[in-house]
Amino acid sequence: MALDAAELKRLKQKARQIREEIVKITYTCGGAHIGGALSQTDLMVALYYKFMNIDPKKPELANRDRFILSKGHGGVGHAVVLGDLGYFDKETLKEFNKTGSPFGMHLDCLKVPGVDASTGSLGHGFSIAIGMAIGARLQGKKWRTYVMLGDGELQAGPVWESAMAAPHFKVTNMTTIVDRNMLCIDGSTEEIMALEPLKAKWEAFGWKVIELDGHDFNEICDGIELANASKDQPAVIIAKTVKGKGVDFMECDKKWHYAGLDDVTMNKALESLKKGAK
Amino acid sequence: MAKGITWSIEDADHMTQAEIYGEVLTQIAKKNKKIIAMTADLAGSTKIGRFQKDFPERFFNVGIAETNMMGIASGLAATGLIPVISTFAAFAALRCAEWVRTDLCYQKRNVKIIATHSGTSFGQAGTTHHCTEDFGVMRAMAGITIIAPADAYETAVAMSQAIDMDGPVYIRIGRSFEPPLHKSIDSFDFQIGKAIQLHDGTDLTVIATGRTVNGALEAAEIAAGQGLSVRVLDLHTIKPLDTEAILKAVMETRRIITVEDHNVYCGMGSAVADVIASSGKGCVFKKLGLQDVFSIVGYPDDLLHYYKMDADGIVEAIQQVMKMDFEQDEDWEDEV
Repeated sequence: MALDAAELKRLKQKARQIREEIVKITYTCGGAHIGGALSQTDLMVALYYKFMNIDPKKPELANRDRFILSKGHGGVGHAVVLGDLGYFDKETLKEFNKTGSPFGMHLDCLKVPGVDASTGSLGHGFSIAIGMAIGARLQGKKWRTYVMLGDGELQAGPVWESAMAAPHFKVTNMTTIVDRNMLCIDGSTEEIMALEPLKAKWEAFGWKVIELDGHDFNEICDGIELANASKDQPAVIIAKTVKGKGVDFMECDKKWHYAGLDDVTMNKALESLKKGAK
Repeated sequence: MAKGITWSIEDADHMTQAEIYGEVLTQIAKKNKKIIAMTADLAGSTKIGRFQKDFPERFFNVGIAETNMMGIASGLAATGLIPVISTFAAFAALRCAEWVRTDLCYQKRNVKIIATHSGTSFGQAGTTHHCTEDFGVMRAMAGITIIAPADAYETAVAMSQAIDMDGPVYIRIGRSFEPPLHKSIDSFDFQIGKAIQLHDGTDLTVIATGRTVNGALEAAEIAAGQGLSVRVLDLHTIKPLDTEAILKAVMETRRIITVEDHNVYCGMGSAVADVIASSGKGCVFKKLGLQDVFSIVGYPDDLLHYYKMDADGIVEAIQQVMKMDFEQDEDWEDEV
């Protein structure tokens, strides 16, 4: 069902604000995984500002929904969202990457409130999410686990151990999202280690597959609702995204997987985000 | 029955270490509903399948996917459950090293790993299924507790105490019918982090762990017949290390032999060497175990003999060490 105009506007504005903050932190911290942080933003905004049952003032709330960023290098984007929601003082994000800071490229769940697992090594978070979902089910809890994987991450074998296990254990209280931005560090996923036909792979493993535009809030929200409603088999959303989304000179360019920004590039990036919002 | 023990084991003499932990775990799980058991297609071999019989809904076999098992265990623990996972040591410690580090230790997850078929105890299976590196790998991980019980009774108590404590624990056991070291479940004082002195002595100390402890005790008795007074420490906990007992042995006997079914590099002996070196005291020191080689195929007991980790090998080492000198420091008398 299409979002009403006000809701759509709210989510879009939030996504733009998050992207601006990602750009600014990338500037202050000296370098970040900006490309993937920008590609995942709309998906994360939909989850954190619309779907997830959370209370930023009570990060350890027992019945909160869980979110695992299995593509842990998107941590800078995750931290911006958590800071914006009030899990911690947003100002502390200025310490990103600094010696002794709670914030580094890959977030530490024991140091950053709101982070449910320490990820970064690819192919780990998906298993952890399955464990959390099974843990909820065994204890009769209604909360849901959301997990986001990078597409390059799908090249890691352990992901497919998890992909095999979730349908086997009938883990339907978990929604899986793949940020399909088509790029890993060295280039196109299809050139480095081809993932296609990706939908067929997930289906063959027993998943309900929902393909959507990862930058269209109507599609994202419909897709999450559909995934959450799947009771017979776990559902995965393959969200087609653009690496570096919103910053014209970063889009679809592998060199922005991880990069720093100077005054000129930061201003150009902010300008591009502003233009895109119009 | 020993204090705090809420389970009982009949006939432990005729059970393997693995059978014992399977039984004890099942008994504990009757009261502690948080316990979840997991394995990777080794329910039968590791004996954790015993748990499945009583608690099928709390048992998860992930198939041959050990790293996925570690990750799922981390997630389960994050929800307050206590996963107890069992597979061969070679897979738990080596294949899953990064998962144990990142998903369990780094995130302080309350997961217990029962690593079976450790050292050369799966003799005929050969090196791929032996594990003589796990002390080194595990010891390098911050926040983990490492226990190598010497017999089935120790395994039972170690399992019970591991569940009572918070945090990741690696329990390293064997495969075969290791003979019992203790007479009964309450005939010894087992505390994680505290070595058990099995035999007192003043000439030399043999520090053994896991399935080499029996041989060490036998060697001490043989040496006594030769007029030597040999102390034997059962160092069942590799981390945290009982530095007090080791330092006491350094001060009082000045000769130490370590015995472990493990590579002598980065093993228990290396941990003991750290303590000796830090003490600043002169001490004759010899490490028995695999001398930086890959293990051969053979029956488990034969391999103990082949690598001089049995009573014969230890007696030979005792004789060598007794001929070696250590440099006495000036205030030696004050310290004894």
